This record gives sequence, C-alpha cells and structure tokens, in this order.
Amino acid sequence: MFDDFLARYAYWLTTVLMVIGLYGMLGKRNLMKKLIGMNIFQSAIILFFIAGSVKEGATVPIIQGGHHEAIDVAAYANPLPHVLMLTAIVVSVAITGVALAFLIAMYKRHGSLEEPTILGDMQ
Amino acid sequence: MIDRYDSLIVTFTTRLLVPFIQIFALYVIAHGHFSPGGGFQGGAILAASGLLVRISLGQPVVRWFTHSRMRWLGAAGLLIFAGTGIVPLFFGSAYLDYSGLPIPFLSGAALRATGILIVEIGIAMAVLGILLTIFDHLSGWDR
Amino acid sequence: MRRLPVLLVLAAFAALLIYAEGDLPDRGDVQAPANQHVSAYYIQHAEEEVETPNIVSGVLADYRGYDTLGETVVIFAAGMASLLILTRGGHR
Repeated sequence: MFDDFLARYAYWLTTVLMVIGLYGMLGKRNLMKKLIGMNIFQSAIILFFIAGSVKEGATVPIIQGGHHEAIDVAAYANPLPHVLMLTAIVVSVAITGVALAFLIAMYKRHGSLEEPTILGDMQ
Repeated sequence: MIDRYDSLIVTFTTRLLVPFIQIFALYVIAHGHFSPGGGFQGGAILAASGLLVRISLGQPVVRWFTHSRMRWLGAAGLLIFAGTGIVPLFFGSAYLDYSGLPIPFLSGAALRATGILIVEIGIAMAVLGILLTIFDHLSGWDR
Repeated sequence: MRRLPVLLVLAAFAALLIYAEGDLPDRGDVQAPANQHVSAYYIQHAEEEVETPNIVSGVLADYRGYDTLGETVVIFAAGMASLLILTRGGHR
C-alpha cells in the first residue's frame, strides 16, 4: 500500500496542479486569471513529464568518465523528456507573451479584462 | 511605461551584478556540451540581464540591448540555425546533418559537436532577441 | 450556482486522470517502456556519435534538430505576433 503511494504520489500531485489550472481556466471570469490558470496547467504537464523521466538511483543525463567505458543505461535518467520539456518551457513563454499582448490590446479597446464586461461591450 | 527606479542600492547592485550575469550566460552557452546548459538557458539568462538593466536603470543606460536591435538579433539567430541546416545540403549531406559541414580539420563526431555549438549560439540569439522584443512591446518601451 | 457545472467537469477530469495514472509504470522504474528503446540508444551512443557528454544538448540540437528548429520558429513567430498586435498605426 505504502509502496503504491510512493510509486504514484508525484503523478497525483501533478493531477492536483492540473485541476487547479483547469479551474482557473474554466471557473474564473477574469482573462488575466485564465492566463495564470493556463500557465499552471502547463507547469503541471512539464512536471508530469519530468517525474516520468526519473530512474531509481540514476543521475543526471550527462556522461561521466572517459570515452571508452561501457555505458550503463540504468545509471542515467531518461534524457528524452528533458529535451521535450526544454522546448515546451520556451514555447510556454512565447505563448504567454502573445497572450499578454492580446490582453493589453483588449484592455485598451474595452477598458476591462472581465469577461461579462467585455461581452457586454461587444454587443 | 516602466521608467528608472531611483534608489542608490538598486542602481549600485544592478551595475555590480549585470556583467557577472552576462559572463555566466556566455559560460552556460559555451559550456553546454559538458554541463547543464545550452542555447535556451543561456539566452534566457542574457535576456534576464537585459531586463534587469531596463527595469532598474532606465532607458538611457541600455547601451547595446536596444529595442530596435533585438528583433534583428532574433531573426539573425533563426537564420544562423536554418543556415547551418542548409549548408550541408550543398556538400552531399542531409538537412541539419552537421557531419556534412565544410569545416577543415574536423570530421565525424567532432564536426557534429561543432555544429551543435553553432546552433546553440543561434538559439541563444533568437531567445534573447525575442524575449526582449516581447517585453519591450508589453511594457510600452517602443514608444 | 454557475460554479456547479465547473466543479462537475473538474471532478470528472481528476477522476479520469487518477484512474489513468493507475496504469502508469512505477515512478523510477528502470524497465518502464519509456526508458527502453530510443532513450537507451541516446544514452549509449550520444558520447561517441556527437562527442557531447551532455546527452540533452546532443539530442536537442543534433538528433532532434528539426524539433528545435520548428520550436525556434515558434518563438520567433510569437515575437513577431506580439510586435504586430501592439504596434500602433496601420489600417483600422
């Protein structure tokens, strides 16, 4: 039972973060809060992948020692999720920048970031 | 509009820290083969140093990381990356196959490591330029 | 009571994720499928094929160069998009 918990708790914690982010995106009426919720969701996905790359007793994926020693696969963490999440972090920064630009443009036009106010203003 | 923040402590600390931040960023880019680091991380640290100067010292102090240069720097970084991919096409290799780069005295694995270094520099330039461009437009610095 | 549908969606989402996470391999499992095929190849051959001890750098820039190129294009496009959105003037 406790072993099960130890094997799963990182995934459960990322699930909690994902639900918090989804609540920010669905339950809030302020567009800035929706953006913050989206960022939390992205962070949760990144943490999920990084948690999946862990190996028991392994170290960071940087080869130590000389050229010609035999390399033990189990001694290094899985490098592939690290690569994918490195690009995902930068893409999330770019997405956040574009979203903030949209928010500033909308605020200049409608004078508010509250969804009901903007919808009422558009009609 | 973000203007300079008038405080002796902030000004002095920024002037003291920014050169070290930039040197560390260049180290992170250049040493990305052997330690945690690379183009994205180094470019982000360089952009952080630029942001520190912008929000603490103000516009007149920004010497090289000016607003109008940053978008060209981003484009140049992307061109370095794509150009490094295209050059091997003329020497009989596939796109982005760095072992076909025409660099003398290098071959095989060493040539691929050199290609990785060139590409990382391009990525760092692109990240630095684009992050500062986004910040300048969001904060209204371009006006 | 506009929050009730949202809470229902969140509960369903969390239940689905926790149910699906029950079938994932254990955290830290060396024999997990994600740690087997291409990942093991990268760990064993990155050093001799690209002379880069940092496997992440080697995979990022060499083995998966297309991915990184497309991603650099994405951030460039994002910068240009924010520039175009917020630049005043132009047609109205």
